[in-house]
Amino acid sequence: MNETLIPVIGVVTDIRIDTPDVKTFRVVTPEGKKPFEHLPGQCAMVSIPGVGEAMFSITSSPTNQEFMEFSIKKCGCLTEWLHAMEVGQQVTVRGPYGNAFPVETELRGKDLLFIAGGIGLAPLRSVINYCRHYRENYGTIDIVYGSRSKEDLVDYREIIEEWMTSEGVKVHLTIDREQEGWDGHVGFVPNYVKELTPDVKKTVLVCGPPIMIKFTLAALKELGFTEEQVYTTMELRMKCGVGKCGRCNIGSKYVCKDGPVFRYDKLGELPDEY
Amino acid sequence: MQESMKQKALALLADGTVDRVLGWKKGDFVYDVTPAVFESTEEVERDFTFSVFCGSNLSKYLVKESRKEGKILVFFKPCDAYSFAQLLKEHRVIREKVYAVGIECYGKADIDKLRDKTGATVIHSVGEANGTLTVRCFGGKEHTVPLYDVLLEKCESCKSKKHPVYDELLGDEGEVVDDCNRFDSVAKLEAMTPDERYEFWRGELSRCIRCNACRNVCPACTCEKCIFDNDASGVAQKAAADSFEENMFHIIRAFHVVGRCTDCGECSRVCPQQIPLHLLNRKFIKDINELYGEYQAGADPDTRPPLVNYNTGDVEPSIVYERGGKENG
Amino acid sequence: MVNVRPADLFPAIAKLQKLYVPDGSQVSGTELHKPFKEWKADRDAPCERVRTPKDFFFPQTENLMEFKREGKTIEIVDTRRETEDFVIFGVRACDVRSFSILDKVFLADPVDTYYKNRREHATIISWACSPESMRETCFCHTFGIDCADPEGDVAAWFDGERFYFEAKTEKGTQLLDSIKDVLTACDEEPVWDLKTAIYQAKKELPLADLTTEGFTPDKMMEYFSSEKWGELSEACIGCGTCTFVCPTCQCYDIRDFDTGHGIKRFRCWDSCMYSDFTKMAHGNPRVSQLERFRQRFMHKLVYFPANNDGEFGCVGCGRCLAKCPISMNIVKVMKALKEDDKT
Repeated sequence: MNETLIPVIGVVTDIRIDTPDVKTFRVVTPEGKKPFEHLPGQCAMVSIPGVGEAMFSITSSPTNQEFMEFSIKKCGCLTEWLHAMEVGQQVTVRGPYGNAFPVETELRGKDLLFIAGGIGLAPLRSVINYCRHYRENYGTIDIVYGSRSKEDLVDYREIIEEWMTSEGVKVHLTIDREQEGWDGHVGFVPNYVKELTPDVKKTVLVCGPPIMIKFTLAALKELGFTEEQVYTTMELRMKCGVGKCGRCNIGSKYVCKDGPVFRYDKLGELPDEY
Repeated sequence: MQESMKQKALALLADGTVDRVLGWKKGDFVYDVTPAVFESTEEVERDFTFSVFCGSNLSKYLVKESRKEGKILVFFKPCDAYSFAQLLKEHRVIREKVYAVGIECYGKADIDKLRDKTGATVIHSVGEANGTLTVRCFGGKEHTVPLYDVLLEKCESCKSKKHPVYDELLGDEGEVVDDCNRFDSVAKLEAMTPDERYEFWRGELSRCIRCNACRNVCPACTCEKCIFDNDASGVAQKAAADSFEENMFHIIRAFHVVGRCTDCGECSRVCPQQIPLHLLNRKFIKDINELYGEYQAGADPDTRPPLVNYNTGDVEPSIVYERGGKENG
Repeated sequence: MVNVRPADLFPAIAKLQKLYVPDGSQVSGTELHKPFKEWKADRDAPCERVRTPKDFFFPQTENLMEFKREGKTIEIVDTRRETEDFVIFGVRACDVRSFSILDKVFLADPVDTYYKNRREHATIISWACSPESMRETCFCHTFGIDCADPEGDVAAWFDGERFYFEAKTEKGTQLLDSIKDVLTACDEEPVWDLKTAIYQAKKELPLADLTTEGFTPDKMMEYFSSEKWGELSEACIGCGTCTFVCPTCQCYDIRDFDTGHGIKRFRCWDSCMYSDFTKMAHGNPRVSQLERFRQRFMHKLVYFPANNDGEFGCVGCGRCLAKCPISMNIVKVMKALKEDDKT
């Protein structure tokens, strides 16, 4: 009988250095296949036995049939280990876990505004590429993405080469402080969003550090957006991934099972413990 | 006693000597008292209690409480005052923020023993008079038992009825108990063969559910961050894959409080699995007495504890071999 | 209805299946269910004195799988084995109910196969309480549990000489059928008398009037924001006693252990009362003991019912009332929050 806690083997076939502390790992099964199917926004548990296991968003698009990718920031014991590994290393993966962005329901036909800060682009990348793949199902796509510096922009190459050249996709990049060799926008994401005065009919997907999300939401409200138009993802400590170990419980929800994607008005109905 | 304590608390709150009172609060039943901070005379009037069931030691709460604004009144049984003195010695409590009232004590009762001795089932109330407890059950049954027969372990082996430190005393001050028998239980363990002793502890510790109540209640365990709570330390505070590793938790902890443990007995009192944890600590106390000379942690705020003191007369580590330990193992 | 003398009953079951009975030889207050050796008559212990039987299905620690790592490769070893059939005798009504609460977590999709394996192979013989086994800490009635007529595969009553049995499930019928040689058919009258005595005693319990009235999902934010939490959690020492003596607490941790010749991945009980429960590399959403304390009780009284058709995460066994080092407990929390309601 299948047991969700028992993972499968994943082989790391490519490691891309995105920023000084973010790497993107490409994972396939030993047979060279994608480990399992997923929906945009869903997560998986990645582990090195003996080191640890943690939940990461699957950053590759479900439309990618060949492999799965994880963009991982170095911030603890396990992630340090992952950053030190070489191509060919095996890891374990299990999933997919959690809900997804409602790409086939609420988001369909809408003009979309993606707002990301730093590693917060990771969960959105999957959705952006999904929407680009099924381009005809969505309206305009705007992406506002900011990081500390040019070097800290995750997926920079993909943004420049693929997203910026896609039809009907506008990318607005910003970095926190002036920097040599950067002639783009400088300033924090929430302020940039205000400057851009996006159409309030757009549906917004926000992801980033809590403080950025907080100020971005304030900015959106100021611009006239309602909470029902805004989706975000949450991150809490998880062990099982299936709503049983109790760790990611907030109010009557389990982030691993009922999240990580929440519409903002629904989040407001929960205790503020995230 | 409860009435005079209450009056003392009310008076000191009213005249501004203290801003808060640390004492015991009434529960739903007669015995389920909870440590509590009272901030007003109304709260004291309504909830303050003191009875034969106030076995808990309030000293550890002062680590936090003495760092808050204002002065706090605290009531200490003699054994609690030892813990307080030890915390002062370790600079864990700010003395000026505490008004310590010592209270006389003739021992506190263990509710489980009380039930076992009397066969009481649904307890309605427990009265105390002249060293005798009268248990009234629902349905009218009454049982009497001498307090002496149902004492908490820590009270059975009471080491002192004297408060090493206080600002004021309520009731009679006692003396250090000369004929305290507390090391008898250790001697019994020492008389066992190593195998028997190993079996004894493996058996007792096999009941451990890793709730950490012993550590969290211990007035000697006041580290801001406990090593067992550090994921990277390699020794978890939770149940481990291997029961031997688990048992090590108690041994490591006992080592950590050597020379600082006053033998307040809280570890054994709170253990939901009734493991006689105090025996580990008491063994160390006995060893220190024998190896470095008589020493009682918390007996005064000044004496340097033997394990942080060095003098040329100290025993060499080889003493362990001389006492029958094996070299290289 | 059938009855049987203990001397005939236990050997008959033990001959067929592994049988666990309350073990009176344990230190009082920590009594466990142990494999049957002999039956002693003094085992009518109150539930608050007996260790929760949740261990049978959700043990304190259990190995989940093993890994072998060599160079860059990893091998996963599935160590799951089918459990043998076994019988747990003498589970109180509150603890029987706790199994169905654990079921709601572990058997919900995706099923926890470790739990399911043991659960499916177990037959539960419950045991009605008696006036002697009740304590002032009992409040199972608060959650609609009838300790005079417990659930389980087989319900049992004891009149001091004979156990009276009633099969409650198919599994129970099968068990009774398998030992029918030692059973005597009888009428229900003696059990009625026992029940009457239990109901009578129950009425006099000090917590007889405690109800769950008011604890509804719509009160979530109101209770969460209550001023009472500060006072209630003030003395909490942040240990896991309440969690681990609780028959319905099921939070767990998954950890890896390097055995020297492989990695063992095991799970162990965990507690939301612990300071590191929700700690992440970059922060902790519940930094104070107040927040952790509140989580435990909100989960039992509001969050769990909101997800489970109003079923509470408490069975009123009274263990936390008896065991908490500072005597703080769910009854005090319920009373305090209700007081809030009135004002």
